[in-house]
Amino acid sequence: MKPAPFDYVRPSSVEEACRVLAEAGGGATVIAGGQTLMPLLALRMSQPFVLVDINGIAALKGVTRVEGGIRVAPATRQADALRDATLARHLPVFVTALGHVGHYQTRNRGTVGGSIALGEPAAEMPATAVALGARVEIASVRGTRTVPADEFYLGPYMTVLEPDELVTGVVYPDWPDGHLVLFREVAQRPGDFALVGLVGALVLEGGTVSRAGIGWFGMGPTPIRARQVEAALVGTALDRIDPQTMARLAIADTAPFDDHHASAEYRRTVGARIFARALAETLDLRSAA
Amino acid sequence: MSEHCIDLTVNGHRHSARVEARTGLGEFLRDTLGYTGTHLACEHGVCGACTVLVDGVAMRSCLMLAVQADGAELTTVEGLAAPDGTLHPVQQALKDNFGLQCGFCTPGVAMTLAAVTRDHEGPGLEEALTKAMSGHLCRCTGYQGIRRAIRQLAGASA
Repeated sequence: MKPAPFDYVRPSSVEEACRVLAEAGGGATVIAGGQTLMPLLALRMSQPFVLVDINGIAALKGVTRVEGGIRVAPATRQADALRDATLARHLPVFVTALGHVGHYQTRNRGTVGGSIALGEPAAEMPATAVALGARVEIASVRGTRTVPADEFYLGPYMTVLEPDELVTGVVYPDWPDGHLVLFREVAQRPGDFALVGLVGALVLEGGTVSRAGIGWFGMGPTPIRARQVEAALVGTALDRIDPQTMARLAIADTAPFDDHHASAEYRRTVGARIFARALAETLDLRSAA
Repeated sequence: MSEHCIDLTVNGHRHSARVEARTGLGEFLRDTLGYTGTHLACEHGVCGACTVLVDGVAMRSCLMLAVQADGAELTTVEGLAAPDGTLHPVQQALKDNFGLQCGFCTPGVAMTLAAVTRDHEGPGLEEALTKAMSGHLCRCTGYQGIRRAIRQLAGASA
């Protein structure tokens, strides 16, 4: 066995899970699907005293319609969310992004909330939550709170979650049926983390963009919402949209970095290129990149 | 560090055991129960060699704890062939097409192909099988043989 020793508890309710987290005084780690946590444990990059398995909590699974949106409970398996009829019908942008998360075998166990709570900056799920304006529901023995996804992330694998807090739901606001899906990612192999990626939804009314939610992944220390290009797109008629101009605005909000996979310059260049192409294709504009 | 008593079924056989919390499912299957057909290679979720079916669903056994499999029904590569030794169609296809070289990754590959073949409905089986193979590494790069096996499987069900 490779992980350092720990105690394992499998609470059956959110209240019990919160109590365990509180009593552990910061020494506990929550495991949902474990598809990222298990490697971190095996490599001893994570050494909790207590592992809190939330897979036995029925309230933390499933997709439900709520007033004004769709709520995805955090321990919902990615594979189950991919097959969910409500998400397929009302939030196709979410389903498109989810299909790019990991591999068939890891989606069978990995969870939506696990990916969101982990905060890998190159992952699809955090950026999708940020792009669509999702809210993250959080509980602890001290009470509950809700944080907008774009305020949830502080840095790579760093979020506003306190050690005693648990994500209990992610609520995606309603996007009108028929919203257009913007999605591109460049990865070295299918299933790898993206070098550069973008995800978003666009709503058209009478030939004009009426609403836009666009996020980047792999383009900075956190998922990044492309607010400048969103503002430029909304209210603009399709025949006035220049993909190249919009692409320059889209990368203006990013803060990419150099690593051993790609340079920041590469990420900016490719990011602008895939944004222009995705926008032109999604809006059926002629002047593609 | 906590220890836990678990009950689970592997290939139709019931087992009870006491495990340390940090014991991985893959090492438990191999070292405690003796199902050494499940191969552990990278042990951090990259290579796919340790893939088994947990309640019928293909998962990496290195990315689960043994204690999390309490109450589960597992299928390992030893459980694929029929009791009389007749190979599972996936095993037969891998054999017919030399879909392996050293064979180390093969148990995981076989489990994924078996699960996808079983679950897939409608056209597009070849594409579904090929895509699911992105979750497996073959160190010998014997991918062409595996692809031929996939074509045989897809052709057989078309």
